[in-house]
Amino acid sequence: MNVPIRRLLAVVLLLFALLVAFTSNWSVFDAEELEAKTENKRPLFEAQQIKRGKITTADGQVIANSKKTGENESFQYVRRYPMGSLFGNPIGYSFITQGTSGFERSENATLTGEENEFVSIIDQIRGQQRQGSDIVTTLDASAQQLATDQLEATGRPGAVVAIEPSTGAVRVMASTPGYDPNTVPDDQDQLNTADPSVLTNRAIQDAYPPGSTFKVVTAAAALDSGAATPDTILSGASPQEFSGVDLANAGGEQFGDIDMRTALTESVNTYFAQLGEDVGAETLLDYMDRFGFGSDPEVQLPDDQKTPSGIFVPTDKGTYKQVDSDFDLARVAIGQGGEEGQVLATVTQMAEVAATVANDGKLMKPTFVQQVVDPDGRVTDELDPEVQSDVISEDTASELTDMMTSVVEEGTAEDLNGAVDGGFAGKTGTAEINIEEDLARPWFIAFAPVDDPQIAIAVTTDPCTGCFGGTNAGPIATAVMNELLNNG
Amino acid sequence: MSARNRELLGLIPVAGLLIAGFAAVFSVRSAQLDNTSLIFGAYFFAICLAAHIFLRFRLPNADPYLFPLVALLAAIGLVMLYRINSDLARDQANWFVVGLILFMLTITFLKDYHVLERYRYLIVVAGLVLLLLPRMPVIGSQVNGAYLGIKLGPLAFQPAEFGKLAIVVFLASYLREHREVLVVGAKRFAGITFPPLKHLGPMLVVWGAAMVMLVFIRDLGSSLMFFGAFLALIYTATNRISFVIIGLAMFLVGAWFFATTVGHVGDRIDTWLDPYADANGTGYQVLQSMFAQADGGLFGKGIGESLLWAPGAKETVENTLIPQVQTDFIYALIVNELGLFGGCGVITIYALIAARGFKIASLARDGFSKLLAAGLTAVFALQAFVIIGGVIRVIPLTGVTLPLISYGGSSVLANMVLVALLLLISDRARRPEPGEPL
Repeated sequence: MNVPIRRLLAVVLLLFALLVAFTSNWSVFDAEELEAKTENKRPLFEAQQIKRGKITTADGQVIANSKKTGENESFQYVRRYPMGSLFGNPIGYSFITQGTSGFERSENATLTGEENEFVSIIDQIRGQQRQGSDIVTTLDASAQQLATDQLEATGRPGAVVAIEPSTGAVRVMASTPGYDPNTVPDDQDQLNTADPSVLTNRAIQDAYPPGSTFKVVTAAAALDSGAATPDTILSGASPQEFSGVDLANAGGEQFGDIDMRTALTESVNTYFAQLGEDVGAETLLDYMDRFGFGSDPEVQLPDDQKTPSGIFVPTDKGTYKQVDSDFDLARVAIGQGGEEGQVLATVTQMAEVAATVANDGKLMKPTFVQQVVDPDGRVTDELDPEVQSDVISEDTASELTDMMTSVVEEGTAEDLNGAVDGGFAGKTGTAEINIEEDLARPWFIAFAPVDDPQIAIAVTTDPCTGCFGGTNAGPIATAVMNELLNNG
Repeated sequence: MSARNRELLGLIPVAGLLIAGFAAVFSVRSAQLDNTSLIFGAYFFAICLAAHIFLRFRLPNADPYLFPLVALLAAIGLVMLYRINSDLARDQANWFVVGLILFMLTITFLKDYHVLERYRYLIVVAGLVLLLLPRMPVIGSQVNGAYLGIKLGPLAFQPAEFGKLAIVVFLASYLREHREVLVVGAKRFAGITFPPLKHLGPMLVVWGAAMVMLVFIRDLGSSLMFFGAFLALIYTATNRISFVIIGLAMFLVGAWFFATTVGHVGDRIDTWLDPYADANGTGYQVLQSMFAQADGGLFGKGIGESLLWAPGAKETVENTLIPQVQTDFIYALIVNELGLFGGCGVITIYALIAARGFKIASLARDGFSKLLAAGLTAVFALQAFVIIGGVIRVIPLTGVTLPLISYGGSSVLANMVLVALLLLISDRARRPEPGEPL
């Protein structure tokens, strides 16, 4: 009977080899695929046990941190947002069941320490838990607070974006109404259905007709391409016919033959409509592209929480589609448009336009990240200003600065003259939404001080009856600029 | 070196391993060392030493490697249980003491294990009753759709653990007597050798028993384990591969029939084929096991460092991320914490035990001893295969314990008796014949 006994042993060893093969499959060969299965909650659970990095403002006030709770082994870190709703947008939230959004999502790898793979292996050998890096942002709490307060005081949804022109550092990104990320775990459904939406970041997630603030882009294209100079004379008469339809100046005001400086200062629609046609669609689109239109702003936010600016037509599905031809060039040139194409811009995009003019024509890549500090206290990354695009020449920028300064000193924003120490340059915008009801969206873009710009800003709120950019958006811009220049 | 000295030497590293394992769990928990691990190690070594000294006097010629290998499995089990919950480890250690007492009693009172042959019918009836007890009203209890345990008040008991011993003893005895006729009376038909019809009866009875287990106990794994042991014995007794093929075919046909007609058996197979189909229901357990293994990787998370509970969960034995981690799924935890290497280590220990068991069978001098040793070894190895195979999705999930590692008194007691029988056979086999030079 010894032969069958030996064979039995062989069969048993074969069966055990099968066990080894399957164990190898699950634990090694197939492991990556198993870790990625949605049914597998382990990676989520493990993420809950990683101490997520702290997010602070530029001066070290805590926007988000993690608190340890629970028993010995089943402990977890829960995200807290000590400043409540102040930075709900753009920072977002990070909770295990509700997911992550905003800056928390786009910087997840840094905040969870994924980027320091090598360091974390050493930590594992040392028996230490993986830990995320802290991020010091470029944001300013008091200016953010002021912007939020001022927007809320209007009683309408709105947004403010303030950027440091020379570095691209985003100092303020406020959107009202906002939400407190601490309430997300309990009230997510309510937050999702709130009307007006509280989760939408109006500074970058929605694009609106920019109205006359867009004339800065048209002027930049005209000057920089050589199609015109600040002294180019065109008729400011109102109304004038474009594409077969009359176009009037604000309040039907008449101007004679005027130069570009006067036209921008007084925001003359008919002048810029002609200028747009002189520049041509191709050149205008080219300059829009250089300013960043046509693609998402490059700041650290998830793609689905950003939207590009550009010329759009509505689709049947209620969404918008970007177009690059056949639009009414004259009306696009004044920041409006028609059925064949309507200019829409995010507040961030318009702040980038102001920042570009302020920074001698160079658009710096916008960023929220001032510094990344790893768990051992080493600074592993620091804001290194990066040119996103060379938009216009230094000369064009200085001519535009000059014109935008006279907007404040003697033009549509003269009520705000002197509101900022050192003077400032700006452009009003009053985008007509419904002419019969006199409903218009107020805009204001600006930068200050004129000689050595430290801050560029864009402000808008939802449309209101009889509203005007200089009155309804301008004061918010000057208040926030003052706060940043004096205390920032 | 004498057999017993080799055994003693084998036990020392086992105790060391236990101390190291406990120390690891302890240091992870409280970031400091404590003498608890040393006390546990010393206690474990002391009871193993007592058993060793007993073997020195009673079975001086028995296989020297079997007992240290068994102690090694017990040590691994104790460390993993201690990692889950220190109460479990304490209970299991106590069961291990009771198991060793039963082990010594078996060796003392069954010194001449051939007496078992005399009671084989009584034994097989008792075995079948034990197997069917879990289906009895009141005392029977169902776990995961399978009926493998009984509950008497606070006492839970898995009668199948003892049932397997009874069935193997019966089959070894029956086949010892009938092996000749099974071979001689065999007829060749269509190129296949069939056993004689009048002896086919008992084989059909065993096949029927396996089918009954499938239907009543609803556990494909344990019926596979019993029927596998039966086929191993038939093959050892007759050396006819055709009998095994016929038996296997009968089993597969029966299993297929019941899988398509009995819902629970079919569900188990569906879950095995596609656990993702009901990932939060029937597929949950085996998926958790696979995910835990994926988490372990090559070297594992380290003892005490895996995610045993979901964050925020209460740290109780019922609440673990891998369900039934202390019994059926302990292998998943081993791979999670010790990695592929740990898993392979455990499988290697079972393979070594199987090798020693079959070695004992081939050294044995009489038919009953050979068959008994081969049968016990086969059923032990198959049990390990069936439960590990279920946990890692080689076969549908089953409800038997991982021998000597899983938490559970019946399993420890039955397997200690099994080891005692193997050592008894071994001692007799290796005893020098009178007049033979020592």
